[in-house]
Amino acid sequence: MENYPVLVPLIILIPSIGAFINLFWGARLSEKWVGSIGTIASGLAFLVAVLLFVYLSGSNYQSVVIDPPLLDGWIRLPSGGVEIPWQMRVDTLSVTMMLVVTGVGSLIHVYSMGYMHGDPQFHRFFAYLNMFLAFMLVLVTGNNLLMLFVGWEGVGLCSFLLIGFWYGKAKGVGWKNSNAARKAFIVNRIGDFGVLMAMFLTFWTFGTLDFYKPGEIANPGLASHAEVEGGQAEVAAAEAGDAEHAAASGEPVFTDNEHIVTSQLGIFSQAKRLIDEQRTVSFGSLTLPIGTVLTLITLFMLLGATGKSAQIPLFVWLPDAMAGPTPVSALIHAATMVTAGVYLMVRSNVFFHYAEFTSLVVTLIGASTAIVAGFIAIGQWDIKKVLAYSTVSQLGFMVAAVGVGAYGAAMFHLVTHAFFKALLFLGSGSVIHGMEHGHHHAAHAHNHGDEHHAEEEEFDPQDMRNMGGLRHRMPVTYWTYLIGTLALAGIFPFAGFWSKDEILADSWLAGIVDGNVSGYIAFGVLLLAAGFTAFYMWRQVSLVFLGQPRTEAARHAPESVPSMTIPLVVLAVLSVAAGFFNVPTGALGLENVFGAHRFTFWLEQSVEYAHAGTFQWVIALGALVVALGAMYLADGIYRRRGLDEQQRDPLYVGGGTRPLWRLSNARLYWDETYSRLFEQPFNRTAKFLGDTVDWAFLHDYVHDTVIYKGFNAIGDLLARPIDLGLIDGAVNGLGRLTQAISAGLRRVQSGYVRVYALSLLLGVVLVIIVLLLPLLGRG
Amino acid sequence: MENTGLSLVTVVLFLPMIGFLILLFLREQTQLQTIKYVTLGTSLITFVASLLLWAALDINNPALQMVQRIDWLPQYGISFYVGVDGLSLLLVVLSTFITVIATLASFRTHALEERGRQKLYYLFMLLLEWAMIGVFVVQDMIIFFIFWEITLVPMYFMIGIWGSERRVYAAVKFFLYTMAGSLLMLLAILYVGTAAGTFALPEITAMIQNGTLSFPFDGLFSPQSFLFLGFFIAFAVKVPMWPLHSWLPDAHVQAPTAGSIILAGVLLKMGTYGMLRFCLPMFPEASVAWAPVVGVLAVIGIIYGAWVSYAQTDMKKLVAYSSVSHMGFIVLGIFALNAQGISGSILQMVNHGVSTGGLFLIVGMLYERRHTKEMAAFGGIWTALPVLGGLALLISLSSMGLPGLNGFVGEFTILMGTLGSQSLGFVFALFATTGVILAAVYMLYFYQRVFMGELDKEENRQIEKLHWSEYAALVPLVVAIILIGIQPFIFFQPMDASVGQLVTQMQPFVTSVVQLVP
Repeated sequence: MENYPVLVPLIILIPSIGAFINLFWGARLSEKWVGSIGTIASGLAFLVAVLLFVYLSGSNYQSVVIDPPLLDGWIRLPSGGVEIPWQMRVDTLSVTMMLVVTGVGSLIHVYSMGYMHGDPQFHRFFAYLNMFLAFMLVLVTGNNLLMLFVGWEGVGLCSFLLIGFWYGKAKGVGWKNSNAARKAFIVNRIGDFGVLMAMFLTFWTFGTLDFYKPGEIANPGLASHAEVEGGQAEVAAAEAGDAEHAAASGEPVFTDNEHIVTSQLGIFSQAKRLIDEQRTVSFGSLTLPIGTVLTLITLFMLLGATGKSAQIPLFVWLPDAMAGPTPVSALIHAATMVTAGVYLMVRSNVFFHYAEFTSLVVTLIGASTAIVAGFIAIGQWDIKKVLAYSTVSQLGFMVAAVGVGAYGAAMFHLVTHAFFKALLFLGSGSVIHGMEHGHHHAAHAHNHGDEHHAEEEEFDPQDMRNMGGLRHRMPVTYWTYLIGTLALAGIFPFAGFWSKDEILADSWLAGIVDGNVSGYIAFGVLLLAAGFTAFYMWRQVSLVFLGQPRTEAARHAPESVPSMTIPLVVLAVLSVAAGFFNVPTGALGLENVFGAHRFTFWLEQSVEYAHAGTFQWVIALGALVVALGAMYLADGIYRRRGLDEQQRDPLYVGGGTRPLWRLSNARLYWDETYSRLFEQPFNRTAKFLGDTVDWAFLHDYVHDTVIYKGFNAIGDLLARPIDLGLIDGAVNGLGRLTQAISAGLRRVQSGYVRVYALSLLLGVVLVIIVLLLPLLGRG
Repeated sequence: MENTGLSLVTVVLFLPMIGFLILLFLREQTQLQTIKYVTLGTSLITFVASLLLWAALDINNPALQMVQRIDWLPQYGISFYVGVDGLSLLLVVLSTFITVIATLASFRTHALEERGRQKLYYLFMLLLEWAMIGVFVVQDMIIFFIFWEITLVPMYFMIGIWGSERRVYAAVKFFLYTMAGSLLMLLAILYVGTAAGTFALPEITAMIQNGTLSFPFDGLFSPQSFLFLGFFIAFAVKVPMWPLHSWLPDAHVQAPTAGSIILAGVLLKMGTYGMLRFCLPMFPEASVAWAPVVGVLAVIGIIYGAWVSYAQTDMKKLVAYSSVSHMGFIVLGIFALNAQGISGSILQMVNHGVSTGGLFLIVGMLYERRHTKEMAAFGGIWTALPVLGGLALLISLSSMGLPGLNGFVGEFTILMGTLGSQSLGFVFALFATTGVILAAVYMLYFYQRVFMGELDKEENRQIEKLHWSEYAALVPLVVAIILIGIQPFIFFQPMDASVGQLVTQMQPFVTSVVQLVP
């Protein structure tokens, strides 16, 4: 068991091999083979993650750093003191992410075998899915910021490929899909800019990008590490020795920061030390106190997180990303990739802990995203768009939790959300699938022998107005969807109840205990957002599953195949059970059954500031009342009253709420505003720079008027004496050669050409003179 | 140090000329295939020989190695003086590598068959290779200048004879701009050589190091600064740096595919190599003093090039402007004057050669099939040519700096160097890093318009599959892209000692001059 960690490179290698096989040979294999290869690769990766979990549980949570074989280093510049290895980290935080990514990933692979059945690009889909897993695992296992960044952009690429999976669809749909893909990539790049800047600053502050050096303890304060404290001391001693050694041998010091190059500690331990010693750091000519540096680094990291984790101001790509196939939305745009930003911040919890200003900004961004996206979700008709905005909103909860210092709660919500949001997305996929089949069936029955006509008819299988009453037609989908909804809405005892409650309680405590104003803000805003969550989810359930079918398609929608429903059932079980991973003390004595704060305790081994929250009866009950109330409200509006004959929303029909509903339906005009503020000016500037500045002015005017005319004048001046006098005869031969070869010259206006030919000649003469210098010298 | 035996460097330098001589005896009418394969064979052998050069290089020795020096004109201090060190080795290998790719790319070029004179074309190709290697290995400033000028001649004719519609205009413009720049350099070379009594660069740098030679410096406009500028402007035109880039889009758009590949792949690097080889060691104070000015121009180039690139509708123009942006990164890294920046720049010269060479190759393939470079004529090509679509995506991603591929490693180290640089610093890094966003903007727009969307045009549906020589040209590029991306230290290794030495030499000037100039 002690040797299990050496398996960790396999967790990346296996999905890579799967992707490789499917990409290059998948076209020649049957769907069954392609699907099996992809799923088995993902399943094996999950197995590795489980083994690593077993290892950690059995070895007192001792984290390990592994150098993958074959890859001998990465960016190594001895002259610049740069040493960034390919190095993988097995600790409780990374293993948590590995379990979620590969576990949910495997279920989604199984589901995709059913969902993507019959797609001509079936093999490409599975290749991309495996590739995504590989990159996501690079992201979570990397032991330095740069490796995290490789995964970070790699998953972005896979997201691009999968959003644009149907890039070739007819009637402009393919174009729209590829636009969405491009938008996702570019918006994420803005975030990546932040991560890059954070890395540069980190390097010049600490001289390394490693989270922790091998043998270093992430959380030295924990009792469970008492017996390995010796190791820490050794590292410190080694470092002291090394510094002496460096000083003695007179190795060059590359910056004013003495600790660079010689330090044997990772960035987080160094940060704590520099804070203690109140040091200043120099970047070139700029010198800043360490606190300011950490604030800058974390602000740049936050920019990255707002991109990847779809927060204000960069969340706009995620709703568009729903253009991809639904399993992709479940895996990448709900459960795993979009949580990378939260992961980055939790991983860097030491930095954020010391950067108070950043934490305030993080809280505000998270809370406002939660409420804004929750509000928008209420007015959407597209079943996937509701879930997309809901994801943005839930990510806001996690980010806000990071802001108030509740790193444990953020991760807990990340895990439970992965289960129930994946469940909901897959459920919606099952519904969409059913609607498509129902539509086909209905169209076929009505337009016998005229299928062509039926296909031309506009029908949106994702529009909830076309649904209704699906609970009878799709019972498994309905029941699992219901569980997912209750979990997301935060109803006791489903998973979302526990994780959301912990975030709310922690924000409240941050306000009360630490006197942190942002804690109160977060608490109030998030509570309201939780109400929104319950409301839009129950609206969705009512419109999709309850009531009567509103179209023929809904009347004929069949239940999905077992390969799709089995993952739903598994995820539904997890959506119930996951909450008990982290039962707080004082909750109905449940902690005696499941153990108290198990998840937080597990996480604390590698996340220093993940502290366990306490259970607050008032908050838990209050949140429950808010959620139930919102659901009751939605039930009255959408189930009992329902849409009117024109299929309009009751909130729209109902007068007073019309402006608000419109605002929500139009997504607060967010995209339009961005388009007007950024996109259009950017494009206009590009056009201006390209056509006017560069072409009309620099290329044509400057060249023709300034350079050409000027040259012409000089040329005329020189032409006569030199041409007639000095080298007339000698160069005639050369001139003829030039003329012969550049016969095409004559087509251009002749005056222009004459000068050019002359100058060319001058150049050749110059070269020849230089060549002849030796002869002159000897003579 | 001086060696009269035959150096491997000399061998590599003159190998293309052997092929050149063989070609002279072949007849175009009857032996066209032989001409092609002799050229390919010569370029392959030269490439392998340059790899041997790499193997023979002692990576712990920062000095010039495998030196050969033959007195040519002792009374003027001129000698045939060649050798390689960490700064030039990769560029020699890049030149020989890109020549192989360019030769392969020529096999399927329509214009060659149309306009004839193919033997002349391949003669020029080998002449060009010889001159490019010469620029990177020669240590005597006069001979360097000769090689520098010789590179112009074959490229001038390649564009002028086998180019597109406005080829003559573009060829002449290309020639003139570079010529005009190099005249200043010639003056500076003559001045320095006279002052030093020798044109051998290593001797001159040694004199500057031990203080026996110095060019007076007391600010931005002093004799040393003028000498610095004499060299720098010649190099800046070649790079090309904003705002001297206006010859580049013409040259690229009009040049045949192989011409564009060599131009972007190697010839532009002669400029950045020159800054590294001549400006920094000979004029250290001026380099430090001018670094912020150069840095501003470089950052403008990065942003401007990317932005203008986005506005293009012609694929070749788009890639040409993207070069302005990428070369801006390289110049920025050099003038960061620290090990990170300079190493990153050298690697990025290789990266840009590989990635942009690949982009021109792909554009060329599309052009050969559809006889247009307008993006609007394409769409959905990924569906029609899945392999080309995949490779094009990979090369585009490498060009926009996706981590795990080559472009990222270079950009990352350059930008890191810039942020920690005493001559540049945080603000430069902040603005330059936005280039990473802009690169994604224009590159993805290009990729989407050409390769994604519906395959709705009949001509595109029947587009011809890839020929073996096209695969043979693309695959080595892709291998290089991935290898550099995952194991860049293999490429950093040979340059590290030389870069370290250069930085150590510069360090005292950085410290003293930064305080001098406000």
